[in-house]
Amino acid sequence: MSMDRKFARHRGPAVAQLERRLFLRQSLSLGALALLSGCAVSDDAQVERVLSGMSRWNDRVQGWLFSPSRLAPEYPESMITRPFPFNAYYGIDEVRTVDAAAYRLSVGGLVREKRAWTLGELRALPQVSQVTRHICVEGWSAIGKWGGVRFSDFLQRIGADLTAKYVGFKCFDDYWTSIDMPTALHPQTQLTLSYADAALPPDYGAPIKVRIPTKLGFKNPKYVAAIFVTNTYPGGYWEDQGYNWYSGS
Amino acid sequence: MSASVRRIHPLPVRIAHWINALAILLMVLSGWRIYNASPLFGFSFPDGWTLGGWLAGALQWHFAAMWLLVLNGIAYVAYGLASGHFRRRLAPVSPRAALRDVADALRLRLKHADLAVYNAAQRLAYLGAIALGALIVLSGLVVWKPVQLHALGALMGGYEGARLVHFFCMSGLVLFAIVHVAMVAAVPRTLPTMITGRLEEER
Repeated sequence: MSMDRKFARHRGPAVAQLERRLFLRQSLSLGALALLSGCAVSDDAQVERVLSGMSRWNDRVQGWLFSPSRLAPEYPESMITRPFPFNAYYGIDEVRTVDAAAYRLSVGGLVREKRAWTLGELRALPQVSQVTRHICVEGWSAIGKWGGVRFSDFLQRIGADLTAKYVGFKCFDDYWTSIDMPTALHPQTQLTLSYADAALPPDYGAPIKVRIPTKLGFKNPKYVAAIFVTNTYPGGYWEDQGYNWYSGS
Repeated sequence: MSASVRRIHPLPVRIAHWINALAILLMVLSGWRIYNASPLFGFSFPDGWTLGGWLAGALQWHFAAMWLLVLNGIAYVAYGLASGHFRRRLAPVSPRAALRDVADALRLRLKHADLAVYNAAQRLAYLGAIALGALIVLSGLVVWKPVQLHALGALMGGYEGARLVHFFCMSGLVLFAIVHVAMVAAVPRTLPTMITGRLEEER
């Protein structure tokens, strides 16, 4: 799979909107929903309501299927995919960088300690690493090695309300996403500072990403600027366009 | 001459058949769009043959229609086993009879003297389709949940293996559907029987 083709597959929101309308038209032209729901299709919105309703239902089912202790398989380092593919909603020439010395990770919402963190402070916390498979919603997968702070340790350290429903992420490349609390507390969910034993490079989300091997790739935010804990559904960049929110593996 | 009417397809089988036909159509068309996002092989399906318009739309259709496919499939298999339908209509298949009937079918010589009795080639094809149906659901579950269903996935060579199994099951089922529809076209009086369940015969 060529890299160029992969960038081409990612589209901006405007194109996505256009394609969305196209998708609805095609859906109707098949007349499939009339059979599916047993009622007349009156407008596009009705098709969309049924499908997004099913997507919400699938969120719940995936929550039930999720085991807080079942681990994603780990692989020997010899199986790491080289080079590990770059992937974002924009091309690799548009990657944004920050000054590592000036970088601060801000923490907010339902947490006791809302102070910002420097990279040095995060590196001083106990570190873990994993060699796991990253699975993209598009279907391809790649194995990589990520290191950093176990996310549940970090949440406990900042005094997060662990009974809250969601953890949200805001990124300085204007991406955002959110996950459920049980996944946030999974032992392999990681506040990632390194890739292949070196500081996380810009292409893979420098200076910080969140690695979640029990979720699809787009649920693993890169370039993270802020983490917040909330009971209000935060959605996400792709999720708000129709991708399934839970997207667990 | 008097006409006799026999019921050859029970109502639950007819309902399950048509729900399944719809579910398979939705799954295959949306699945092709999902395939196109990251093709396993050196080809893509024409966009005009797909459902969903873009990847997110196709995924929404796929993961909605999967419930239709699976719940209907479970009901059908439960009925087939409990009512004796499978035992009466699909079993047994002797290898010799199957070979003979497949050879006859290929030479377009297969007789459909009694539509109430499936010949061995049909039994083999229907049993194969049911087996492929079970396998495509299992491999699809592994692709959907490779971590939670890791043990099942290990039997298929993990996530990437399950993708291949899922693709080849789809290919097999599409091939089955093409042959199946061609056979109905060749023996058109089979079509109304799958709607009404009734076979009218003159004698």
